[in-house]
Amino acid sequence: MSDPNRETETEMKARSGRNLAIAIGLFAFVVIVFVVTIIHLRSNVAVPHS
Amino acid sequence: MSMAQAADRSHAPARWQDFIQLLKPRVMSLVVFTALTGLVCADRPLNPVLAAVAILCIAVGAGASGALNMWYDADIDAKMRRTRGRPVPAGRVQGADALALGVVLSMFSVMLMGMALNWFAAALLAFTIFFYAVVYTIWLKRWTAQNIVIGGLAGALPPVIGWAAATGSAPLNAWLLCAIIFFWTPPHFWALSLYTREDYAEAGVPMMPVVAGAAATRRQILIYSLLLIPLCLAPAFTGLGGPVYLGVAGAGGLMFLLLAVRLLRSHAGETPDARKDGLYDVRAGARDARNLFAFSILYLALIFATLLGEHLVGAAPLTPLLR
Repeated sequence: MSDPNRETETEMKARSGRNLAIAIGLFAFVVIVFVVTIIHLRSNVAVPHS
Repeated sequence: MSMAQAADRSHAPARWQDFIQLLKPRVMSLVVFTALTGLVCADRPLNPVLAAVAILCIAVGAGASGALNMWYDADIDAKMRRTRGRPVPAGRVQGADALALGVVLSMFSVMLMGMALNWFAAALLAFTIFFYAVVYTIWLKRWTAQNIVIGGLAGALPPVIGWAAATGSAPLNAWLLCAIIFFWTPPHFWALSLYTREDYAEAGVPMMPVVAGAAATRRQILIYSLLLIPLCLAPAFTGLGGPVYLGVAGAGGLMFLLLAVRLLRSHAGETPDARKDGLYDVRAGARDARNLFAFSILYLALIFATLLGEHLVGAAPLTPLLR
């Protein structure tokens, strides 16, 4: 007799898709914050007088 | 396994595409377009990456409002043909998950806007999300026939947010773009509600045709159209739009008025629709309402695209009085 609590293949596939989407979203957020920080740092770096 | 989890098994599992649908991608695309117009019309040099982040934040904020709207409105969405296939009423996504997505994305978008651009733009974005999710969705929508008039402010603010993201301020011209969308919203939505009136009545949403009747709605549409057209012409005289803009806004405005007058003289919204399943099936009598609804989208897209184009190619404004 099969376990009624066991995920079906469709459920497992849907869960994997959701997990992947969250991972991509979080990674994109980290990259955006990093790039924005670099842009702000560069614009605030004082250019030394020659 | 809890009873709730067991009950969930009766529906298809939520896919990531269902969560994208919660963000109302089509509404989001219009918001992105108007926000981009505001950002470009500000004519302030901005790092392209920061400009893209600003637009992303506005898009995600708009999506978050959509998710919060779908969470709260699931009961009435289930009763309407246009909305019954949405993820929450269709049972593919739980209401709590839609709420969580809306809250998390709201916070992420506002915080990122504040950190990357400026906190004035972030505050405007936060206010827009609050206005759409709380003032419009929770309060106005089920209470008054003026729901989409007042609630339309949420849809009208993105160009101001875009302008604020670029400059840190919101001058008169930014608010002019906001006013155009604000006065465009009633004729646009009331034209739609004239031929989906039964849906709104069944869901208990007090849209103008349900509360005041079709004839009063057609009159109101004409009044708002008469207010809208001068507003659409105004950018040509405030230093925002050039000669091409004046031509497009003028010719399109005349067409808009013509369609509003034809709608006034029609019987749109007076015959009940016997068909229950045909989404956007339009009865012969309601064709004038459908025509105005379709043209209103084209008109708004055209005038914003013209403004965007003029500013991108650096076309000189007609009268730089207010710049």
